[in-house]
Amino acid sequence: MKLILSAFALATAALAAQAGEVEVLHWWTSGGEAKAAAELKATMQKKGHTWKDFAVAGGGGDSAMTVLKSRVVSGNAPAAAQIKGPSIQEWAREGVLANMDVLAKAEKWDELLPKSIADGLKYKGNYVAAPVNVHRVNWLWANPEALKKAGAKLPTSWDEFFVTAEALKKAGIIPVAHGGQNWQDFTTFESVALGVGGAEFYKKALVQLDPATLKSPVMLKTLETFKKVKGYTDKNANGRDWNLATAMVIKGEAGMQLMGDWAKGEFVAAGKVPGKDFICAAAPGTAKSYTYNVDSFALFQLKNEANQKAQQDLASAIMSTEFQEVFNLNKGSIPVRLGMKLDKFDDCAKASSADFVAASKAGSLVPSIAHGMAVPSATEGAIKDVVSQFWNDDKMSAASAMDKLVAAAKTK
Amino acid sequence: MTASRTAWLPRLVVAPSFLVGFLFIYGLIAWNGWLSVSASRLLPNYGFVGFAQYAALFESERFHVALTNMAIFGTLFIGGAMAIGLLLAVLLDQKIRAEGVLRTVYLYPMAISFIVTGTAWKWMLNPGLGLEHLMRQWGFESFTFDWLVDPDKAIYCIAIAGVWQSAGFVMALFLAGLRGIDDSIIKAAQVDGASLPRIYLRIVIPSLRPVFFSTLMVVSHLAIKSFDLVMALTAGGPGFATDLPATFMYAMAFSRGQIGLGAASATVMLATVAAIVVPYLYSELRTKR
Repeated sequence: MKLILSAFALATAALAAQAGEVEVLHWWTSGGEAKAAAELKATMQKKGHTWKDFAVAGGGGDSAMTVLKSRVVSGNAPAAAQIKGPSIQEWAREGVLANMDVLAKAEKWDELLPKSIADGLKYKGNYVAAPVNVHRVNWLWANPEALKKAGAKLPTSWDEFFVTAEALKKAGIIPVAHGGQNWQDFTTFESVALGVGGAEFYKKALVQLDPATLKSPVMLKTLETFKKVKGYTDKNANGRDWNLATAMVIKGEAGMQLMGDWAKGEFVAAGKVPGKDFICAAAPGTAKSYTYNVDSFALFQLKNEANQKAQQDLASAIMSTEFQEVFNLNKGSIPVRLGMKLDKFDDCAKASSADFVAASKAGSLVPSIAHGMAVPSATEGAIKDVVSQFWNDDKMSAASAMDKLVAAAKTK
Repeated sequence: MTASRTAWLPRLVVAPSFLVGFLFIYGLIAWNGWLSVSASRLLPNYGFVGFAQYAALFESERFHVALTNMAIFGTLFIGGAMAIGLLLAVLLDQKIRAEGVLRTVYLYPMAISFIVTGTAWKWMLNPGLGLEHLMRQWGFESFTFDWLVDPDKAIYCIAIAGVWQSAGFVMALFLAGLRGIDDSIIKAAQVDGASLPRIYLRIVIPSLRPVFFSTLMVVSHLAIKSFDLVMALTAGGPGFATDLPATFMYAMAFSRGQIGLGAASATVMLATVAAIVVPYLYSELRTKR
């Protein structure tokens, strides 16, 4: 396989002496995502470079990361790979990422990105990755028809949430559509934590992993609220994919879903209009906070000079206004580049962008742990295990869950 | 002269594949062992850390669940497949009419991959789509079979799917063994007045000992390497309730950047298997009849 790839690369390099080649590893293989990736390819091709697509399917990127490791260990890294969050620093520590500071200074990246996000793209102060978008994770998606049928209103706090859920249950509609996968369990958990405890609690407990906060009464309340949500999901939730849960809300079988803004892509693809056929609102209690998930491409050190030039063009293209607009229109997220015009975006995206800027100023812009933005993968995995176990095992008490969280937080 | 010249020829022919096998199997086992005492996280890193990875491994609750599941699943899968396979073989040995057809039907499940088996059984065992839903639609309103979503019982579902797949294969092996038994012994027993079950229990099954041995080897290796079946059926189960050492190792080494911990779990898996297989191998191959 490696022989075929390197022969191909050699042939391509020989054919296009001036223009370089970028091999880009990603897992955007579904509908809207694939279209968005195709936009980046078109941009690169317009600049005369060759784009070698290296798509490895699998929503969470597990298979892609495995393939990436084998490529890096064999000394044949791709030009860019879809890596985000602390994983960028983990890879940079291995000494395989390229320093993009020259380009970043020329294009003033420090002014175009919020500080917390820019810091996530750097290793020891140097840029090693280019951000593509900002997803908001703490959304609540609802079907207004279902709410009307149950005579319930859209909840703005967790107490109101359970009132609405009861009403939906009485009307015979599944209150919360959920998929029993460990990242989905945690997406719900972090929205509960943010809503019950607020941004400061979230940062101390889940980002800084402070043991005292992890064993506090606020955490106990969070866990109990979280477990209460389970009672309003259906029995077949185990193993269900996120888009099938969204489909339940689209069809009116379920009333609400706690999911990030990629769910909007599903609603739009089904021909639904925001505000009319579906409602996008901040998860209960989190209207002033913003849980972000920034997709980015980490750039690897390359040996070939033409490819290095192509890689610089790739990073520049990723941060450009044209790409940011086109990509995010297709993916359902908002541009990470500040100060862009959002005329073509729908109402949910505009609301998201306004909240993003406001939360950034107010210090309530928090990274999503469920999506690998906050803590290293080993610790994240251990914490997700505890939360999923607590969700699934009815015999586990909230107190023992807290002890396990403290133990999991120590994983390196 | 010719004899001595060609004596080493078979050895020479076998040598390359033996060497390759030796290097890739034992060499890589050794590399894995080295990684398990190293500080490897995202990528291999050869700093020695003693038994720290093993300590972390045995403190991990998830690994204890995986080991318990391995014991439960292994016993049920091997025991179930062997018992059902043997029973089917004995029944098919009765010189019945449609033997060829029935044999093929029982053997078919082995032809499909574990992923297909896992997915199909996932649909059948899902409370809202499969058996429970069907029974309720037929009128048995209070019928419940939600083992798949119950953290304590999900592992039994995996055993059910696994036994369904492998019983036919075990049946085929035993049937071949049964057909190889000398008829005259059976006839002599029948002349002496022994009943058919007694003949089977006392004469036929004991003489199937070599077949038992090879079947057990095959079925236990299928049990230990169950990764695709678990991933397709429950993806590790509600939470991590159906985690097996193989899925634990994959998650740690590749999804969580803890290669050292994954390597340690793989070594523990190897040690467990060796502890059972090596004495059995030794006892079977030592006595030459």
